[in-house]
Amino acid sequence: MSVTSMPTASGSGEDALHIAGEAFRSRLIAGSSLYPNQQVMLDAIAASGAELVTVSIRRMSLEGYEEGPLDLLGERYRLLPNTAGCETLRDALLTAELARESLETNWLKLELIGDRETLYPDVLQLVEATETLVKEGFVVLPYCNDDPVACLRLADAGAAAVMPLGSPIGSGMGLCNPYNIEIVCRQSPVPVILDAGIGTASDAARAMELGCAAVMLNTAIAKARDPVVMAGAMRDAVAAGRAARLAGRIPRLDHAEASSPRLGLIGS
Amino acid sequence: MTPIQAKRRVQAKRRDGPARVAIVGAGVSGLGIGWRLAQAGVGVDVFERDRAGSGASDAAAGMLAAGVECEPGEEALLALTLLGRQLWPAFRDELEAASGLSVGYRDEGTLVVATTQDDARRLRFLTEFQQGLGLALDWLTGSEARRLEPHLKPGIAAAVFSAADHQVDNRLLVQALKLAFTRAGGRLHEGRAVTGLLAQGGRARGLQLGGESHEADAVVLAAGAWSRLLPGLPEADQPPVRPVKGQMLALAMDPARPLLERVLWAPGVYLVPRRDGRLLIGATVEEQGFDGSLTAGGLYALLEATRRVLPAIEDLAVAETWVGFRPTSRDDAPILGPGRLAGLWHATGHHRNGILLAPVTAAALSDAILGRPAMPALAGFGPERFAAPARPLEAAAGARP
Ligand SMILES: Cc1cc2nc3c(=O)[nH]c(=O)nc-3n(C[C@H](O)[C@H](O)[C@H](O)COP(=O)(O)OP(=O)(O)OC[C@H]3O[C@@H](n4cnc5c(N)ncnc54)[C@H](O)[C@@H]3O)c2cc1C
Repeated sequence: MSVTSMPTASGSGEDALHIAGEAFRSRLIAGSSLYPNQQVMLDAIAASGAELVTVSIRRMSLEGYEEGPLDLLGERYRLLPNTAGCETLRDALLTAELARESLETNWLKLELIGDRETLYPDVLQLVEATETLVKEGFVVLPYCNDDPVACLRLADAGAAAVMPLGSPIGSGMGLCNPYNIEIVCRQSPVPVILDAGIGTASDAARAMELGCAAVMLNTAIAKARDPVVMAGAMRDAVAAGRAARLAGRIPRLDHAEASSPRLGLIGS
Repeated sequence: MTPIQAKRRVQAKRRDGPARVAIVGAGVSGLGIGWRLAQAGVGVDVFERDRAGSGASDAAAGMLAAGVECEPGEEALLALTLLGRQLWPAFRDELEAASGLSVGYRDEGTLVVATTQDDARRLRFLTEFQQGLGLALDWLTGSEARRLEPHLKPGIAAAVFSAADHQVDNRLLVQALKLAFTRAGGRLHEGRAVTGLLAQGGRARGLQLGGESHEADAVVLAAGAWSRLLPGLPEADQPPVRPVKGQMLALAMDPARPLLERVLWAPGVYLVPRRDGRLLIGATVEEQGFDGSLTAGGLYALLEATRRVLPAIEDLAVAETWVGFRPTSRDDAPILGPGRLAGLWHATGHHRNGILLAPVTAAALSDAILGRPAMPALAGFGPERFAAPARPLEAAAGARP
């Protein structure tokens, strides 16, 4: 039997997510786009238990106004601005500066899309942008490919966490390459947050079982038939997957092993 | 005042309804309510800081699409939008008779097309949801869709036809409401900005207009996306309404050879053909406050999405481009009913449905103000639904305290 190193649950039940020295109780990070309306968005995010909520700052006014999404979310959650819609390093830097000025946070989910059709990240620019932004004092969480080497390079560049995709944004295909995600989790010196592609609750649980520190999701909740109910399912799935990871799963066997006791056959 | 109007006014008084109503905003909401109240003999003044229709009402596309626009999370709103759709034909007839104007109502239905297999899957998901709510929608193949609209580019993956989702020319609607309202005895004051709500003794008493005050027994807040901003509104009566920006444009088709007969929804865009040859293309949905700029990205996205399904637009002249602000409530449903302050009435928050709901809004508010029984479909759409926190944060386990 192979022995893998498993994190152990601390007896106190405290199992916080740590990113850049800060602790979070929830391991689900929620997006704020695509909901049918703002009431559903607020109800769903509340049901998800998320503490961190991403906002696409290029798609909204940063001035803030009553009843606007930034005001409503900012009163309730810690905002994680993202650079959605940016395609060049320069765009991303500018957007990051704007976000820091108006939202008063130096945390940033860095998105640099290399191709509009597939929405895959542009890894070359991502590493450079991460390095630059870290130098500028940002806490950078890059959205990246499920490529173990790219994830290592991003961590080297100073990323506070890496956010590999499970499958293309909004596709709901779940984890297309769970082996890569597992390798990334095993190797990464920084927390791994699975981002993009989650379709339903079992995908989120699976990501946590593979060793992800957290899951980031948006479309799977916002576009579900019932976003609020799906948000609750995701909260439970993330918690269940995390607990299963900590508990340590049994080995996979090729043959059945009866679960009724066979006393006296082997052993003492 | 004609003798009939004078008699009606006496009757209105006898029923103990308010004799004088002041309305803030001359969009379809304010004018529709004003028309109904004036018909009942009430003395109505509508104040509009610009021109009637200059808010969202002239900017809209005029789709009456209760069916194809229904999304998950908006099941409750459907009862209201279906009522709007049902009331529209009689409303049109009455309004056209009262104003002597046509409102450009067209009943060819609405076609929704998917261009890729992914779009078709999304459309299937949405259509099954809508059919599950009892909406009558026909699933079509790409070639069936192209038989209905031959200018569509080949390569339509699937389509849905809704025979009951129609359209009206919202700008003609504003003109017709304006005429019907004034002909019924209502007074429209354009270019008069309301600068404050007057309240005294726990009641709305009228409106402040710069240096002048205007007394009224009841005040209706129908100021669209600006409804929250009216000075003097008590905090508890500030509706949770924000502007949601929409960019649109119109191309000029040859009215004798239009590219489309029906309203068309395609991925990322909708197209509305008018009888006068205008082809309306809409609309972006942006959280940009009251930023009124037309952007390269906005217009590009609309044109690009249009070209993918209707390549013949390339030769058409651009007739107009504009920006409008949807008056959007927190749950996208309208806010219709009495405020906390006695004598104050809310008629706002219609988001993308104010034209479709115009007959409902007019009937709902005039019935309520005149003390008539309310239509059952209105239950749950009053301002009070936002009064208490919709869901205490502690109730959701794990939420931030
Ligand atoms: C791009 C776009 C497309 C749309 N398409 C559709 C559609 O296809 N179908 C549909 O049903 N709906 C559609 N809508 C929504 C629809 O336009 C609105 O819901 C509807 O017009 C709201 O009407 P209203 O009278 O409540 O507000 P408005 O038309 O905005 O009227 C409010 C008026 O109040 C005035 N006002 C504000 N403050 C003051 C003040 N202090 N003093 C005096 N006057 C004041 C404003 O000048 C304005 O004229 C669309 C909206 C947009 C922006």
